[in-house]
Amino acid sequence: MNLSQYRKIAFDGLWKNNQALVALLGLCPLLAVSNSVINSLGLGLATTVALIFSNTIVSLIRGHVTSEIRLPVFVLVIAANVTVIELLMNAFFHDLHKILGIFIPLIVTNCAIIGRAEAFASKNPVDWAFLDGLFMGLGFTFALVALGALREVIGLGTLLARADLMFGDFARDWTIRVFDDYGGFLLAILPPGAFIGLGLIIAVKNVVDARRVKMPAAEEVTVQIIPSPHRAE
Amino acid sequence: MNRLPKPVLTAAAILGLFSVFGTGLVALVHDKTEARILENQRQTLLNSLRALIPVDRYDNDLLADAIEVNDPDLGTRKPVSVYRARKAGQSVAAVLSPSAPDGYNGEIRLLVAIWADGRLAGVRVLAHKETPGLGDPIDENKSDWIFGFNGLSLDNPPEGFWKVTRDGGVFDQFTGATITPRAVVKAVRKTLGYFALNRAALFSEPAQSGVDSPIEE
Repeated sequence: MNLSQYRKIAFDGLWKNNQALVALLGLCPLLAVSNSVINSLGLGLATTVALIFSNTIVSLIRGHVTSEIRLPVFVLVIAANVTVIELLMNAFFHDLHKILGIFIPLIVTNCAIIGRAEAFASKNPVDWAFLDGLFMGLGFTFALVALGALREVIGLGTLLARADLMFGDFARDWTIRVFDDYGGFLLAILPPGAFIGLGLIIAVKNVVDARRVKMPAAEEVTVQIIPSPHRAE
Repeated sequence: MNRLPKPVLTAAAILGLFSVFGTGLVALVHDKTEARILENQRQTLLNSLRALIPVDRYDNDLLADAIEVNDPDLGTRKPVSVYRARKAGQSVAAVLSPSAPDGYNGEIRLLVAIWADGRLAGVRVLAHKETPGLGDPIDENKSDWIFGFNGLSLDNPPEGFWKVTRDGGVFDQFTGATITPRAVVKAVRKTLGYFALNRAALFSEPAQSGVDSPIEE
């Protein structure tokens, strides 16, 4: 129960080593699916579930898998895992599954998942691996939803359109119309808009990081020890 | 044959074990969800059909009372599914799934519902690859254009006017995307023509089993 280590894992996953914004992994689903908040949320949560299960399982089996076959075994675990998730989504979230289409099985190819399995889960205890999967997944979802919100607002003028896909019929009127009578900005919905939007979000993150680094540095200067000019000999 | 070194055997055994486990798990979940998934697919198709033919206009099982037909006028070489709606044994309407093969970016798959008297109950686009923002107003979620077909028939508008306005007809074309609406208008008219020629057979043909859903899942 090492709380400070848990906090480090959480911060790494959500911000410092965010798989989408820093490691730049999983960009294919990120760019293709992030044209609305609900689509982004759906794929992000599916990816998070996949990450949690694959990290946990890889950590559990890490003592029993010899080094030369570890990658095929990881791929097997991830593929079986994502197939099960896809079947469950097809059964219980059918309309969302139809809209996300091929990108659900493509979660298998998301480099973030095999990346975390190889770099972290195969070398760390189960509780750390579980949390790493959870927070890397949530960080990825956060990036997806941020991009999805940006593209939906600029491209269609709405937010949370088609919330019924995830939350059921009563969510049909959760749609927020940000601009009335909005003509729409097609570029935001198309792939180039996704790239531009992602670039902007990464730029904003870098600015925030730079500001956070500047402040402690200013303090350091005032605490600098000034050598005494009157040293004895 | 020399004995294989132990590490190789162990690795093979571990891989084999994981394969069996993984495949077994997937097979189990597949088995447990199969019925539900099939029901979801049926429901999606039924919802699409009901959007065109209201529930109170028919009393038969639409999905069971279906046939497949083949005709070049329906725009595809693949069999076209036809769902018959009946009330008290009388033919009420037929819903066909033809294609417009000459869309800008390829085939546009349609659902065309025709009342027994030949008037259109409605048209919907099931799948298309037209350019977003230019050709996609044929999609009901993007514009109301597709609802303009409701109530029309072979002689309403008269033959020469079953075209987009640029070709001298009555159908709105989209700015910068004439090819897309032109393809859909042509396909709908051809389907109406096919229906007029084959009306009796379409309703009297006995239901077939295993009719493919036009909605790709």
